[in-house]
Amino acid sequence: MEVLDPAGVAAPPISRSPATAPLRGVDERAARASLRAQVAKLERDLGLALVGAPTGVAAVLRAPGLAGPRLLSLGELERTRDLLAGQLGSVRRALAEVAEVQQAKRLLIEAMLLDPGAHRWVRVTHADIGQPGCRSWHVRPRLGLIGMLAGWWHVKVSSGCPLPGGRRPCRAPRTT
Amino acid sequence: MTQALSQGAVAPELAAEFPALALLQATVERGSGSSPPEVRARLRDLSDRMRGAQALALRRQPVPWAYRVFFRHIGLDPDHDRVPVEAAALERLLKGSFKSRNLLDDALTIALVETGVALWALDADRVQGALELRAARVGEPVGRAPGALPSVPGRLVVADARGPVAVLFSTPAEGHGVTARTTRMLLYAVRVAGVPDIHVEEAFWLCRSILLGEREAD
Repeated sequence: MEVLDPAGVAAPPISRSPATAPLRGVDERAARASLRAQVAKLERDLGLALVGAPTGVAAVLRAPGLAGPRLLSLGELERTRDLLAGQLGSVRRALAEVAEVQQAKRLLIEAMLLDPGAHRWVRVTHADIGQPGCRSWHVRPRLGLIGMLAGWWHVKVSSGCPLPGGRRPCRAPRTT
Repeated sequence: MTQALSQGAVAPELAAEFPALALLQATVERGSGSSPPEVRARLRDLSDRMRGAQALALRRQPVPWAYRVFFRHIGLDPDHDRVPVEAAALERLLKGSFKSRNLLDDALTIALVETGVALWALDADRVQGALELRAARVGEPVGRAPGALPSVPGRLVVADARGPVAVLFSTPAEGHGVTARTTRMLLYAVRVAGVPDIHVEEAFWLCRSILLGEREAD
């Protein structure tokens, strides 16, 4: 990632000559501006990475503030940049792991559909593959016990989320 | 009656570091009070518009993002010390709605959620001279209430001619906030790089119109 290129924020060579002191100040300002720009880009990338991320991925981010609002030194700005880069890396790794698991679940659905008998009672939900909704794929025997004994397995796809009204009320028992 | 928007001072070392940083302020010639029904209704409408999805997407929007970046630049972690609009959104999610408190708080909340720009209010009669954004000096207390503790040197504060009245992005110190006896309020906001002027102006305009009971078409 080019923004983290240390060459862009390298500390200027320190000279002992008093004549170059103002120049050093100018160079530090440039380094600080560069670090602030990197922090801004990392913050944006972190925001983009987190949108749509599953719950829990963002939990790696919380870190208490250090000492209230203040003007940061060059070293503190570097630490802020490094912390953000580390957080972004952690979030991306966590997202990659989640994506791998979801991909494996998608492949499992395909395998279940191709050979239900080899995946008895396996159930995959929309949440497992990172989709909204309540649909699920469940390998079950046809005709209950008969299908189980005969080896008639199939994938039952649920029809989605329950209706907001909940279950229909039970019919009153007949009195006549 | 509200005076025009004016710009407070920013200490030179801060201005050199953050050229776009500005402290804007306006006086409102009234105190707070209870919110009229239309303000409470507006707060309810705002609650209905702010749902989980909107709250999650906030950090991608330009104004909250600009404040998040500025928080990082001044050593605050916006995932811990939340930027004002994200804090308001979180409160809405936790409490189920934006709760009406009083006219001032409701006006500040509406302006914040609508624009992303936070305003704070001081009792204008307890402010000496012009406001300034600067670093706290050694031994300087935040607020002039008896027993006010000295601030950490270098902490960024909003100060008047006699000293700090609030830590930056925090509520005013004890003795400087708006009370039932306040007759004039001084509203202020902090503009940072990436926040368009029009958002800040709209925040002041919204807050003022709610406080003074003006219709939006006026």
